[in-house]
Amino acid sequence: MRIRAITLRILRQFIHDKRTMALMFIAPLLVLSLMSLVFNSNAYKPNIGVSGAAAVFSPALEAQDAAVTSFTTTEQGEAALRDSSIDAFVTVEGNAPSVILEGSNPAATRAAMQVLREAVLQLQPAASVTGLIQPSVSYMYGAEDMTTIDRFGPIMIGVFVFFFVFLIAGVSFLRERTTGTLERLLSTPLKRWEIVLGYVGGFGIFTVVQALLISWFSVHMLGIMMAGSFGYVLLITLLLAITALTLGTLLSAFAGNELQMIQFIPLVIVPQIFLSGLFPLDTLPLWLQRTGLATPIYYGAQALMDIMIRGKGWSSIALDAYVLVGFSLLFMVLNVLALRKHRRM
Amino acid sequence: MNQEQPVISVTRVSRAFGSKTVLKDISLQVNRAETFGLLGPSGSGKTTLVKLLTGIDEVSSGEVQVMGVRMPKLTMLQQIGYMAQSDALYTELSAKENLEFFAALYGLRGGNRTRRIGDVMELVNLQEHLRKRVDQYSGGMKRRLSLAIALLHEPPLLILDEPTVGIDPLLRQSIWKELRSLNNQGTTIVLTTHVMDEAEKCDRLGMIRDGKLLAADTPAGLMQATGSATIEEAFVTYGGGRK
Repeated sequence: MRIRAITLRILRQFIHDKRTMALMFIAPLLVLSLMSLVFNSNAYKPNIGVSGAAAVFSPALEAQDAAVTSFTTTEQGEAALRDSSIDAFVTVEGNAPSVILEGSNPAATRAAMQVLREAVLQLQPAASVTGLIQPSVSYMYGAEDMTTIDRFGPIMIGVFVFFFVFLIAGVSFLRERTTGTLERLLSTPLKRWEIVLGYVGGFGIFTVVQALLISWFSVHMLGIMMAGSFGYVLLITLLLAITALTLGTLLSAFAGNELQMIQFIPLVIVPQIFLSGLFPLDTLPLWLQRTGLATPIYYGAQALMDIMIRGKGWSSIALDAYVLVGFSLLFMVLNVLALRKHRRM
Repeated sequence: MNQEQPVISVTRVSRAFGSKTVLKDISLQVNRAETFGLLGPSGSGKTTLVKLLTGIDEVSSGEVQVMGVRMPKLTMLQQIGYMAQSDALYTELSAKENLEFFAALYGLRGGNRTRRIGDVMELVNLQEHLRKRVDQYSGGMKRRLSLAIALLHEPPLLILDEPTVGIDPLLRQSIWKELRSLNNQGTTIVLTTHVMDEAEKCDRLGMIRDGKLLAADTPAGLMQATGSATIEEAFVTYGGGRK
C-alpha cells in the first residue's frame, strides 16, 4: 500500500517532467543512432599518390577501390603528402618501390597499407599464390557481415540504461533530501525499506519501458545483430537498471547537491564502461581485469553479448543475472542502512 | 484540574550534535486539547525539540513520552500530524497528487480519502486550487497546503513548526480559528513561533532561548510573574535582559 503510493508518485513525477522523460527515452536512441552511423559507415578509401615508374601500380590500386593521383615529380607528391591531401605516396627507386605514408591517422594508414599489399600481390601472381590452399571459413558466432556496431550495440544498451537510471534516480533521491520531503516522509509511519522498495517499483516500471524502447530501436531500426531472445535482453536491462537505481540512490547520500551527483559520473560510470568489454580486457594488467569483475555493467554487457551476438539462453546468462540481483540486494540493504542517518527507527 | 496524563511529557531532555549542545535539560508537559506554543528566536532549538517530539530525532539524554509511549516509536507516528518548517512538497505534482500521496502513506483510502482531501483543502481555503501544480503556488499557499497535509489523517496530536509564516493576516486569523475548533474536538496542538502576538493566542507558552527552557506558563501567567505588559517584555525579562 505505502510502497505502491511511492511508486505511483514517482511515475506521476516522471509524467509531469517532460524533459527528463525525453532524456531517458530519446537521448539513448539519438546516441545509439549516431554510433551506428559512425561505425557502420563504409570502409575508408585511401587516397594514394604515384609518380614516375610507380604509375604501373595505378590500375591495381584502383582495382582495390583506392583513389589514385598521379604526380609528375617526386617533389609534387611529397608536397601533397605534407598537406595531407593524400594518404600515401609511391615511387620507384631503382628496382624496388618505396612508400611514404602520411601517418597521422592510424585508420587511414592501415587502409593504405592494406590496399598496397593487395595491389602488390596482384601484380606478382603465378608462383606465390597458386601454391596456397584456400581454407574454408565458417563462423561459430556472429557473421561475415558483422560490423563494429553489432559488437558495441549490446554493451552500449547496457551502458545507457545504467547511466541514465543512475543519474536520474540519484538526483531525484538527493532532491528528496534537500527539499525536506525525505524528512516529511520519515515523519509518517513509513518504514525505511518501504521507501527503498517504492523507489525500485517506480523506477522499475519506468525502466521496463525504457529498456523496451532502446532494445526495440536497436534491433529493428538500427538493425543491430540479435541472435537470441528479446525477453532475455529485457530481463538483463531491467536487472541492470535496478542495480543502477539502488547504487544511484545510495551514492546520493554522499552528495550535497546535484553537481556533486554529476561528479560521480567520471568516478563510477566511466571506469565501468572501459572495463565492460567494449575494449579487449585480456591485455590489461591482472588487477585491472579483476576490478572489472566488481562492476555491474561488466556482467550486464557480458550477458547482453551472449544473448544478442551468440544467441545463448538462460544457462549461459544465469550467473550474470544472479550477480546483478546480488548487487541490487546489496545496494538496497545499504540504502536502508544509510537512511538510518535520518531516522533511527 | 487536569486528571488525565499529559499528551506530551518531556523529562530532562538534552540533545547534542557532536560537542555542540542544542537543547539543555528541558522538561515540559503538554495537556490534552490545549495549544502549546514554543516561543523563541531562530536558532534557539525549537525545531530540534519539535523533531524529538515527532520521533524523527532522538534525545541524547532524558526522555520524551507521547501519549505515554516513549519516543521514538514508529507506530506513534500515525498519531501525529507534522508540518515541517520547510514546505516539504513535490512541486512538480499538483496539490491533489501531493494530498493523495500523503493520504496513502497514512493509510487513508477510497471515499474517506476523497472526503478528507476536500475537508482539509476547504479548511485552508485552497479548494479551487486543488488541481494546480504546486510550483505555481505562492509561498503562503504552499504553507497552507503543508498544513492541510498535516491535518489529513485527523491526528490527535498536531505538531506545527512555524505554521503561519508567509500567510496573510486575514487567513492567519481563520487558521487560528480552525486550530481552536480542533482543540475543542480534543486535538492537542504544539506549535513553534517567533511572532510575539501570535504567542499570546496559545493556551500555554514555553519560552526557549539558547537551548534552555526559560519558563512555561499561560501567557497571562508569564506576564504577571514578570510584571510586564506584553509577552515580548516577559521574554526579555526571562532572557536575563532585566534593566
